[in-house]
Amino acid sequence: MIGSEGQRHGFGAVGLGLLAGATLVFLIAPVVIIVIVSVSSSEYLSFPPAGLSLRWYERFLGDPSWGRAIWVSIQVGTLTMLFATSLGILAALALIRGTFRWKGAIYAFLLSPLIVPTIISAIGLYFLVARVRWMGSVLAMALGHTVLALPVVVIIISATLQGFDERLEQAALSLGASRWRAIRKVTLPLIGPGVLSAALFAFLTSFDELLIPLFLSGVTSQTVTVKMWNTLQYWMDPSIAAVSTFLIGVTGAILTASALLRRQDQAR
Amino acid sequence: MQANARALATVTERAREAWRPSHLGLLLPALLILIVFFVYPVLGVVYRSVYRNGFTLQFYQKMFQSSVYVTVIWLTFRTASLVTLICLVLGYPLAYFLTGVGPATARILMALVIFPFFTSVIVRTYSWMVLLGRSGFVNASLLALGVTSEPLRFLHNQTGVLIGMTYVLLPFMVLTLYSVMRGIDPDLVRAAHSVGATRFMAFRRIFLPLSLPGIVGGGLLVFILSLGFFITPALMGGPSDVMIAMLIQREVELTVNWSFASALAVALLALTLAGFLLGSRVVGVNRLFGGRA
Repeated sequence: MIGSEGQRHGFGAVGLGLLAGATLVFLIAPVVIIVIVSVSSSEYLSFPPAGLSLRWYERFLGDPSWGRAIWVSIQVGTLTMLFATSLGILAALALIRGTFRWKGAIYAFLLSPLIVPTIISAIGLYFLVARVRWMGSVLAMALGHTVLALPVVVIIISATLQGFDERLEQAALSLGASRWRAIRKVTLPLIGPGVLSAALFAFLTSFDELLIPLFLSGVTSQTVTVKMWNTLQYWMDPSIAAVSTFLIGVTGAILTASALLRRQDQAR
Repeated sequence: MQANARALATVTERAREAWRPSHLGLLLPALLILIVFFVYPVLGVVYRSVYRNGFTLQFYQKMFQSSVYVTVIWLTFRTASLVTLICLVLGYPLAYFLTGVGPATARILMALVIFPFFTSVIVRTYSWMVLLGRSGFVNASLLALGVTSEPLRFLHNQTGVLIGMTYVLLPFMVLTLYSVMRGIDPDLVRAAHSVGATRFMAFRRIFLPLSLPGIVGGGLLVFILSLGFFITPALMGGPSDVMIAMLIQREVELTVNWSFASALAVALLALTLAGFLLGSRVVGVNRLFGGRA
């Protein structure tokens, strides 16, 4: 580290620190302010708030259409999590363990959804789904999200597998276990935290997604993000701040859980 | 001892070899899902852009026939360039600062960068809609400090779009720059000091050039991602702040002009892929995503 020998001091360093600090404030302040606005009593989305109130949460949680939207998001997210994680484990195992020729190309192919702008895959799916009359389906949305979540899952689980000592599995094999038993009893528990972390990120990827559900959801199957989008088209309802805080909370919970899992992994 | 090592090697080889036929089998489900729900839809878009009652290029021609569409494409490029520049100006000092703090502090500060990164784009955009409103925090502060005498218009114009997009894309820039900067050997800078260079000279001659892959990689990444942006410009822009992705959505949902929308989408895809190809030539592909080369 450059600064570890005390070479960063003087006006330049103070200026750098201020600039960096300002940028960090720029990054984190909006999130904090939204949470504060969500408990403000004022109608006008002003900050600092005139008073405190939970009315926006009452409006949000008391509205059944928001409850339906949350339920749709949860369903789609859970399905995405299941699909992406199971497919991703298999793919990562093959990529890390395998010695076949097109590994690099296949890896690039698995990551390609990260490169294509989401609007393009969204309208592509829309054309497909409209043609087979599959509009508004939770399953269709989940499959669309799985495509987006798969690269993330593969990256995380590949990294986990790379840190996994194969000799442990081979030791089990040499002691007479069948390959499947060795995987089940040795490999899977040890890569467990990494897999769980990948699963959580798959869920989050789906939960946060707006473009694909924007095209694929029907009137009764809106996700939370789509409902936010539709509401914002017409007015700046302060209860959106409560919804936003809810989504921020989900993100925070998942990031915290993932960090804890990683620490558990490193402790081994 | 050697016999044991040889035996282990044989077991390893045999374990790997024996896996080979089932490896492709393990990959098949993931590949199938990608092909059916990603490749096939995207190919469908490409097909739709050139085929309607026969093969035609009319939808591509339409893009250049009206100044409206050319303006949209130009505005998209301009916005992407400005956002990239701003992200670079804000992100470089932050990344540089992060390399100079201890590992524990770096991890905490990194968490502050990453947390908004994992929040939904619509939440992040909405936060700025609240902050930049007439009675929002920014205007209230400016009025209270006496900098302005009446609220400024930050929303529903290009300014709002730039602020919103910068906010969403800045983590990409910071992460890419930081990962490159972390790989720069501090001894090189120290060596420059030891032969008499001032801190600024050492930075300019040694550190800055070595961080160039991060600048190019981060810049390309932010630029390419900006091209495809939809949510932020749609919510924070005015009626004339239309970017390609917004136009695509309009042509699909409003005018139901699927073929023209597809042509626009293919144009966007081509620009994106060209950008990534260029990026992978200039910089290592790993670094584009913030990994270590």
